[in-house]
Amino acid sequence: MTALELRDVSKVYGVGPTEVHALRNVSLTVDAGVLVAVMGPSGSGKSTLLTIAGSLELPTTGEVIVEGTSLASMSRNERARLRRRSIGYVFQDFNLLAGLTSLENVALPLELDGVGAKRARVAGMQALEELGMSDRASRFPDELSGGERQRVAIARAVVGDRHLLLADEPSGALDSVNAEGVIRLVRAACQRGVAGVIVTHDAQLASWADRVVFLRDGRIVDQTMPPPGPESLLTPDARS
Amino acid sequence: MSVRHALLALLSEGPKYGLQLRQEFEARTGEVWPLNIGQVYTTLQRLERDGLVESDDEGEEGPQKGFRITADGAAELAEWLRTPPDMTSPPRDELVIKVLVALTLPGVDVRDVVQVHRRYVVELMQQWTRLKDDATDDEVGFLLVVDAELFRLDAVIRWLDAADGRLARLAADPPPVVTGSPLLPPRLRRRMGARP
Repeated sequence: MTALELRDVSKVYGVGPTEVHALRNVSLTVDAGVLVAVMGPSGSGKSTLLTIAGSLELPTTGEVIVEGTSLASMSRNERARLRRRSIGYVFQDFNLLAGLTSLENVALPLELDGVGAKRARVAGMQALEELGMSDRASRFPDELSGGERQRVAIARAVVGDRHLLLADEPSGALDSVNAEGVIRLVRAACQRGVAGVIVTHDAQLASWADRVVFLRDGRIVDQTMPPPGPESLLTPDARS
Repeated sequence: MSVRHALLALLSEGPKYGLQLRQEFEARTGEVWPLNIGQVYTTLQRLERDGLVESDDEGEEGPQKGFRITADGAAELAEWLRTPPDMTSPPRDELVIKVLVALTLPGVDVRDVVQVHRRYVVELMQQWTRLKDDATDDEVGFLLVVDAELFRLDAVIRWLDAADGRLARLAADPPPVVTGSPLLPPRLRRRMGARP
């Protein structure tokens, strides 16, 4: 099932001489259970692509379809509900609320969506358990390590019944061991059926994706082919 | 990879047979470096000639012949572990040469050439990452080998990204062209392995 589709999406900021074409005719399809990485240098349009995919911004032209529904056909309120219910975001700097515990942070999107406090907490606890963080449920963000904070952020992004996980440089400033931990969790969420899009300039992170799309000057210029089985690396040629 | 020192390392754990050495070598390197048995025996012969290992005097040539490390062998191994490999001169890197050549050819878009290589390297990294994903935590040797390969390829991507950025800036703000100026200063040309 297609979870996210961008059809010929362009985004222009400003007008006249200050006009900036952040995205140009971008088309991208992400199926449920698939992790796609978008790689490109700063200014290539990666973050714009993600905010448009997550309905935080509307494209100038083109269409964004989330779980079969075009965002253009929805009201502001309907889009806000879609964001609360179906889309999870993970940001580089985690964006956890400092005054809330891990569990409260994770349960918050459900509560905002009108789910009762008790049910929201049960679902939040389940998401924390899946990420091995249930023993940190009552800790506040400043009592957690960087890696733990990002786990909480991922739990918040997948809590409830979310089908689309969008991540902007999700390993941020984490060291390579913690960064690998984070991307393994994102990948595990995708293996449970979530569609994932991560934007990153980090090739090691991107290499966990099923497909890597390369963005340059707002355009998709290339993408990886489905890789052959890894056994091909273990032939005698691998010695050289 | 020095097979010689790898065999000394395995023998430093205790006496072993040739076949056993081969199996252990492959197991420890996560089977990424296959080794044929002939290579094991020729290396052992040379190590014995140099006094770094000893073999059973009575044992016949073949799989039943045991080997053990000598004091000189142990010293050699300790010395090797702490000697950094030679990284002083840049290796003759085919990818760097291709991008440099693309820079000089009319009608070739260097950034497209860079992208072809970038995609290939990322695809390779995806394959290594699958192997890492399938491995279990106790396969330490294998995981270290895979990490080394991923970091090496990651460095190639970083270089390609840096090259791409430099070329993009250059295209936006081209410097005055000095005709006949060499692409590389002569000294670096020699080090890069370019022919005079």
